[in-house]
Amino acid sequence: MPITVKVFLIAALAAACSLPGFAVLGEDVSSVQADRVHSNASMRVTPAQNYTIHELRSATGVLVREYASPSGKIFAVSWQGPTLPDLQQLLGSYFEEFQKAAQSQNRPGGHSPLMIQHPGFVVELGGHMRSFVGRAYLADQMPSEVSNQEIR
Amino acid sequence: MKFLAMMALGLTTVSLACGGGSSHKSSMLPVAASASNIQPIVVNSGPAGNYANGLFTNVTVCVPSTSECQTIDGILVDTGSFGLRLLSSGGGGALTLSLPQQKQSNGTVGECALFVSGYTWGSVNTADVMIAGEQASNVPVQVIDPTFAAVPSACKSAGVPENDSLQTLGANGILGIGPFAADCGGACDQTGSSNPGMYYECAGSSCQIAAEPVAQQVQNPVALFPSDNNGVIIQLPALTASAASLSGSMIFGIGTQSNNSLGKAKVFPVNSSGEFATTFKGQSYPAFVDSGSNALFFLNTNSTGLSTCSNSSGFYCPSSTQNLSAVTSSGSPTQTINFSIANADSLFSNRGDFVFGTLGGPNPGTFDWGLPFFFGRSVFTAIEGRGTPAGTGPFWAY
Repeated sequence: MPITVKVFLIAALAAACSLPGFAVLGEDVSSVQADRVHSNASMRVTPAQNYTIHELRSATGVLVREYASPSGKIFAVSWQGPTLPDLQQLLGSYFEEFQKAAQSQNRPGGHSPLMIQHPGFVVELGGHMRSFVGRAYLADQMPSEVSNQEIR
Repeated sequence: MKFLAMMALGLTTVSLACGGGSSHKSSMLPVAASASNIQPIVVNSGPAGNYANGLFTNVTVCVPSTSECQTIDGILVDTGSFGLRLLSSGGGGALTLSLPQQKQSNGTVGECALFVSGYTWGSVNTADVMIAGEQASNVPVQVIDPTFAAVPSACKSAGVPENDSLQTLGANGILGIGPFAADCGGACDQTGSSNPGMYYECAGSSCQIAAEPVAQQVQNPVALFPSDNNGVIIQLPALTASAASLSGSMIFGIGTQSNNSLGKAKVFPVNSSGEFATTFKGQSYPAFVDSGSNALFFLNTNSTGLSTCSNSSGFYCPSSTQNLSAVTSSGSPTQTINFSIANADSLFSNRGDFVFGTLGGPNPGTFDWGLPFFFGRSVFTAIEGRGTPAGTGPFWAY
């Protein structure tokens, strides 16, 4: 049953959640709270139609958005900031697949975006030194009616 | 083996573009024009022989305050990064000159420099850097060397590939001449979890994240020239068809000499991320100008209608060449840019071509005006905090 709330911010949560961490792609949203590695991150929660966005800013200034389905599974993450986030942590069990794909796609012209399109698993990484942007999502775990254009 | 030219250059030597000439091989750059602030540049397949739309030049580095120097060809000219990086001979590059390593209290300084599709790892060393008739003294540079020390886990956890070989880098180094003077800035001078982990102190093969003062970070050499130090112009001729190579000029300084005035170029200030805006089909996106990106990388199939390639991963392959238009802006100054995107699989099918004006590809939510943007333009890059006749950098102008 889709949540039919329009996008709004629960500003109070930013203050309430003093020690949020990053959830992991493909895992339960509870890992947002359980994982305290990035203990200096601040967080806000944005319920949107069909999903909830957990938005965190890491100590290094990277804005990470985690998209949780109504059943509580993280089906997408996006990031934007002066450096890359710890993708090993963010992508969890998908990190190795990403790493291998990035390796095989590597070619001279090292400043071109990384676009990895596997069945069910997509990673896109762009930007330049001092400004990086990207997203990863599990295409077959996205709630129906959610377009990947919404992941940003 | 790569070309290299050991030279014994006096520090006042000018006209370096063809210095050490006798040991250059046939791919050498055209002879420099006479002005001391003009450096020849060329788009070709590069030192690995397989680079598409790679813009290259040569750079001379010297052990500081000595005449022990080496001129290195096949250096990628990159307005999308900051600082000079040289691939060591250990990584298959040309650098054999031993440059002094930068030290901190707990060891030698290492760097993990993040690019979009890879990182470079190695030590931070000090060099006098000479390009055309310009010289910057005591410049912190990165010596890319996979054997320098074990790659720290924080560097690997970004997940992007290691680009520490000629095969993966496609160049003997990178000359980062973008709109900032240092490659990281204040964030890398912090301790604790807010430090992004670019700089390390290494004792033996073991490296720990370290705070690195901005002035000791790898520096855009242009910012350290005694004059002509407020920016760079890249000039490349228009391209009518794909080609094997394309020659042009890199001119140092903006409005400092008779050959580098802004003329009618429009000025686009950039934000603290080095970006401005581009509007495409009515929607505005973050954008940047990057000679080190080998295509026009923008948005995705959904927003452009351009399908991606079956063979050439990461590029667009429309069934016929598409003529498109976008508007670059930074507040009130705006400029319409017309461009075309052809089928990358078709472009690459001609094995002799390495210069492509119509090469494009996807890029998440961003407009990256890569090398094809530079063809037929004079593109000015003004460095942060530096005055020019059109105001203080950072800005792009064209």
